[in-house]
Amino acid sequence: MLEVEGLKLYYKTLKGHVKAVDDVSFDVNDGELLGLAGESGCGKSTLGNGLILLKPPMNYFGGMVQLDHTQLPIDDFERMNDFRFSKLSIIPQYAMDALNPTRKIGVYIREVLQSRGIDPESIMDKLLERLKFVNLPERVLKMYPIELSGGMKQRMVMVMSTLLNPSLLIADEVTSALDVSSQKAVCLMIKGFKDAGIVKSLIFITHDISVLYQIADRIMIMYAGKVAEIGKTQQIASNPVHPYTKMLMFSLPEVGIRYAHGILSGIPGQPPQLLNPPTGCLFKERCPLRGKECDEEPPVVNVEEGHIAYCWKVTQNA
Amino acid sequence: MLKATNLSKAYSVGSLGREKFYAVDNVNFEIQEREIVSLIGESGSGKTTIGKLILRLTKPTSGKIVFNDLDITMLKSLKEYYKHVQGIFQDPFSSYNPIFKVDRVFDMVREEFYPSESVNSWKEKVTGVIESIGLNPKEVLGKFPHQLSGGQLQRLLIARALLMETKFLVADEIISMLDASTRIDILNILVKLKERGLSVLFITHDLSLGYYISDKTVILYRGSIMEYGDTEKIFNNSAHPYTKMLLNSIPSLHQKWSNTDASLSGRSAPVGYCKFYDRCPLGDERCKNIELRKVEENHFAACKNV
Repeated sequence: MLEVEGLKLYYKTLKGHVKAVDDVSFDVNDGELLGLAGESGCGKSTLGNGLILLKPPMNYFGGMVQLDHTQLPIDDFERMNDFRFSKLSIIPQYAMDALNPTRKIGVYIREVLQSRGIDPESIMDKLLERLKFVNLPERVLKMYPIELSGGMKQRMVMVMSTLLNPSLLIADEVTSALDVSSQKAVCLMIKGFKDAGIVKSLIFITHDISVLYQIADRIMIMYAGKVAEIGKTQQIASNPVHPYTKMLMFSLPEVGIRYAHGILSGIPGQPPQLLNPPTGCLFKERCPLRGKECDEEPPVVNVEEGHIAYCWKVTQNA
Repeated sequence: MLKATNLSKAYSVGSLGREKFYAVDNVNFEIQEREIVSLIGESGSGKTTIGKLILRLTKPTSGKIVFNDLDITMLKSLKEYYKHVQGIFQDPFSSYNPIFKVDRVFDMVREEFYPSESVNSWKEKVTGVIESIGLNPKEVLGKFPHQLSGGQLQRLLIARALLMETKFLVADEIISMLDASTRIDILNILVKLKERGLSVLFITHDLSLGYYISDKTVILYRGSIMEYGDTEKIFNNSAHPYTKMLLNSIPSLHQKWSNTDASLSGRSAPVGYCKFYDRCPLGDERCKNIELRKVEENHFAACKNV
């Protein structure tokens, strides 16, 4: 189980700090898949990367991260080596390009394992079993990455990321380059890692809320580096309360909606600069409900059980 | 208005380029005036190559493209053609030179295509076009690319394409890099332009976007057309197993995925067989040499079961 409390991750630039993740708190329980959604630049990838590989220009500015009741030293690059891949792991956004092109895949896996001080032979059975799990033939171990299709390479990286049965797996935009049928297969496969008990909990990062509706237990919506709303999947889908979540969901086309039958509209304006962001609610410039109080930091409102939103205009049990 | 006949594009692959890879394989389609046709396919299906062939950024290996009775396949002087046919691409950020103001893309159109036009009347024209797509010229002109959002840059590129006597627009994944909250506005602009007389080839991998705006839909898989016809008919009465699988796999916000399996793409189908053979639940030895067949009025599919 993962607990994050008041995490702040800023990028240092010459002009000042870009507050990519600012005072973010959430948790992921055992056996749970948390979906993390938001637009580009909302800090969702920074959050995912920051938990596992925090390096300049990204900097740690405060907050606490606990995995299975042990505090993670996420700001200490060296000490995090004890946790990376064994306790928490990531399937990166560009997994297709993550393999070493000059090594056969089997040799590469061997080298990676040795660099972690693990005897490759002791884990061979597990490796073969995992290849079966993601529908890859054994012979890929004797092949070079260039001989595999993009989807096969991505599944290969999934196998490597989860080989040591980490407690937490972060999947960052893994399906954004796939067509819908492969997307479905890959999503179900990743959920399968959790259902088969290979990983205990999962964070699935995507820009597509409708994908999360299919596989997530809970959904967290981020906007401009802050949490906007967290709730169970059904609560977010049928009763979104934050104005941003509501407008975002009404701007998504779905099959069944045609221009001729009703024009959808986007959210006017654009997200604020995260370099010296405005005070108070960061969505206020685009929000139709904006009031005076929105210049102050929005409170966290307990809407219903397991459903919270950071907004002045939301009331309990809305 | 624009018609592609037996269009193919092959790239040489393998050692010394001895093997041929058909990115586009014997494709036929037609686009009428005032029509939005969406070209839907996954990455690697050849949809961008078709866009490039129409824009003549690359030449076809065989087949031809005819635009208003003009065969453009081997056309030497393209200037006149580009006055009528323009393209917009996925990444609005890389379409601009970051050291120049955005105005430069408009000035370059004048210098290249309309050198006789005076600077002032051109400015008026630019302002008019920018207003017509819902931007405030004062807010965007005179700015550098990094000062504008992706949505604004993409809209300016649409404006640039409209500065000429554009009749046909190739829009290649133009909103996939934009924020979810602003992308729908770009789609709405395209439909408004269509109502004013523009034809659009809308290239996308997202079925819901295609359904939202297009009159006709082409479903592409590994360079071949699987299904083609009126959008409503393709989505509500699909005939090809690939289209059905795609529609079954769309993540919707209010309906969970059904339990039917979604297969992952395999390596490739044997030569002569339907390109979808290796993933198709109905694949057998009859799947050879399948051409597009008529399902109903304005609806065609390439499957033995039609």
